[in-house]
Amino acid sequence: MRRLFLRDLALAFRAGGGGLTGLLFFLAVVAIVPFGIGPDLKLLARIGPSILWIGALLAALLGLDRLFQAEREDGTLDLLLMQETPLVLIVLVKCLAHWAASGLTLALSVPFLGLLLNLDAPAIGATMLTLACGTPALTLIGAGAAAVTVALPRGGLLVSVLVLPLAIPVLIFGVSATQGALEAPASFLPPFLILLALNLLFAVLGPLAAAAALRSLED
Amino acid sequence: MPLCLSIEGLAARRGDAPIFRDLSFRVAGAEVLVVTGANGSGKSTLLRIVAGLLRPEAGRVRITGLDEAGDAQADDPQRRREACHYLGHRNGLKAELTVLDNLAFWRALASVESRKAGLPVEAALDAVGLAALAHLPAGVLSAGQSRRAALARLLVAHRPVWLLDEPTAALDAASDAMVAALILAHVRAGGLAVAATHQPLDLPGALRLAMPARPDLLDETQEGAPDDGFWLDARHGTGGAGDRPRRDAR
Repeated sequence: MRRLFLRDLALAFRAGGGGLTGLLFFLAVVAIVPFGIGPDLKLLARIGPSILWIGALLAALLGLDRLFQAEREDGTLDLLLMQETPLVLIVLVKCLAHWAASGLTLALSVPFLGLLLNLDAPAIGATMLTLACGTPALTLIGAGAAAVTVALPRGGLLVSVLVLPLAIPVLIFGVSATQGALEAPASFLPPFLILLALNLLFAVLGPLAAAAALRSLED
Repeated sequence: MPLCLSIEGLAARRGDAPIFRDLSFRVAGAEVLVVTGANGSGKSTLLRIVAGLLRPEAGRVRITGLDEAGDAQADDPQRRREACHYLGHRNGLKAELTVLDNLAFWRALASVESRKAGLPVEAALDAVGLAALAHLPAGVLSAGQSRRAALARLLVAHRPVWLLDEPTAALDAASDAMVAALILAHVRAGGLAVAATHQPLDLPGALRLAMPARPDLLDETQEGAPDDGFWLDARHGTGGAGDRPRRDAR
């Protein structure tokens, strides 16, 4: 299992992998926002965490369609389906590797990108924390959608459409936890705990749904 | 109880078109079955059904005699998936990783018992003549070399049943002989192999099964009991309707 994790992580950062593509997309989204909003530093600092969250959400969706499609194209998926290891566990490990290559790198890039949005240190810290804790849920939701669309030649957009409705609670509680950490009247802990609960929920539902979809794949 | 793959009254269809139906045969351990037939006659479909990757439309596939635990779950597709090595059209190699890493991954993912009974990665690469290329990315291999690397995957973890779909595709004559030797070695060790191929593989004593052509199947209106259908029994060598399976002369 550790081997599968390391392999997927290595593949994500090799040529054609999704790891750096997502990061570049995140950078592009965040970098153009100040140009669109205008030079109002206060406004930027206020909406900065939300912009980072929206950018990260979209960037995390970017590589999701390749999660199983790449495996299917070279025949690896057939072999993964025939392992003694339960398929649910294989899917979960693949999700973890995908998250480490996408969500985690996105969260780690926040200190740099936060500067573009005039965020101060507490805001950067809070956004990093909530992104690191919220993006696993995005990957886990995406695994189900990626498995459903694995046989479609251009499934990427469909994955996004399938994931977005389920990802909205993650976005809501991620942003409200970030704001709760920064602004006095709002509270941090309740939305943050719900965010963690969403992770746990989708850690069960996502791999189960993905494994069921992959099993029913007949081509 | 010895290893045995038995298929009874198997039927498959793709979309609305039936591919084959009422297919029955039995292959025991230490035997090779070579499946031949025209394009589209269902060779690959048959192998994927046996591998547990496709659901048959009707009929049953059983692999019995896998272990001492008995054959209560002989029908379970998951059990078949774990007992079979499947070599499909696609090689299952990651182009970005080295040949060595590719094989080491499959070895690491296999269960402890199958790993113990399999060969170390270097030995497996040696057996398919790729030892010198072990540290190249799989993406730079030629078609034939990739095929050999995919064959090496069957050696790094032992599974009793080999399902080979065109194992010699893109291989040269020397490699053909190597594949035949690998299959024979597997079978002599008590394993079972089913190979779908157009190439005349040099497999002494192999059982032959010719898939019926589809038009015949469509004309046929009478449903027969499994035993009246397309039947091949490894031990008795009895043939049924359609192309008669025969033992190799050699």
